[in-house]
Amino acid sequence: MTWFSIIVSGIITYFSRMAMVALIDREMLGTKVKEVLNYVPAAVFPAIIFPGVFFNDFGLLVEITDPKIYGAIVALVVGFYSRSVIATIVSGLLSYWFIIFFLLR
Amino acid sequence: MLSKSKIFFKGIVAVLPHMLSVIPFGIITGAIGIELGFDPILVYATSLIIFGGASQIIFMQLLSGGASSLVAITSVGVINSRHLLYGAVLSEYLEKLSFIKKLLISYFIVDQGFAESNKYIKQNKNLSNPHYYVLGTGVTLWFCWQLSTISGIILGSFIPDELGLKFAIPLTFLAIIVNDLRKLDHVFVMLVSGFASLILFNAPFKSYIILSPIVALIAAFIMLRFKK
Repeated sequence: MTWFSIIVSGIITYFSRMAMVALIDREMLGTKVKEVLNYVPAAVFPAIIFPGVFFNDFGLLVEITDPKIYGAIVALVVGFYSRSVIATIVSGLLSYWFIIFFLLR
Repeated sequence: MLSKSKIFFKGIVAVLPHMLSVIPFGIITGAIGIELGFDPILVYATSLIIFGGASQIIFMQLLSGGASSLVAITSVGVINSRHLLYGAVLSEYLEKLSFIKKLLISYFIVDQGFAESNKYIKQNKNLSNPHYYVLGTGVTLWFCWQLSTISGIILGSFIPDELGLKFAIPLTFLAIIVNDLRKLDHVFVMLVSGFASLILFNAPFKSYIILSPIVALIAAFIMLRFKK
């Protein structure tokens, strides 16, 4: 049964990747739709970022003093000015670790 | 004119920084599967067959928590439905490919690969073979994902929980969009999506992951009307 679920999940996931690329003709999308599609990264990724920062493992909102919030702010500022993926991730993680290992001990 | 292999290589290089979060995330995914009591082969099969980190973790968590297959499958479908949006964007760059090639390249469409490809191809509009870039990002992410989940399965949870490595996941996605913070219209759409995700977080089947982007895209649509 688990195998069956994995395979069905895999087929659905593959279909989600393939459907728009292989089955939809680009001409079917109007200019309005194409304009809106420009915002896909801005519309998708914050829905992964916000819960990752503002919720804990139990699905509850974290306190305003949570280290993740400050790590994210540091990453945001460093990323904005450096325009570097590596600097964004590293600065966020390091500042987060600095808070939990040094400031909170 | 850039050769095919050069474009492919550029794709590889573009996603390398993301390995900082992809590799720990893969290790965590493998380790969680074992911790939840799944057979190692089953855990690895999710990486090969589903190939999508968040959905694999939630799939295994739901099944081990006694959820029905239908619930687990539905959740995976909802979480991964965001690929429909990536496909809609990428289809413009991939439309010249044969049907078979489209079917093959589709397997490799991943968050970070999509984001980097979209960025690069937008900046280099007259690229002759943009799909090699997409493929370079996708294949690299695929290999690292397979290897890191396997390491997680073998080594188990050797990464101490206190490190809070899960925090690398939101950071990697922040790194993807941080440049777009310079554009106010994009910031507006991001805020709508972010706040929607906080409000909808407890909706069934983790549906916030697709409902929030839909809300944000509707907001973008309305915003575009007012701009004109």
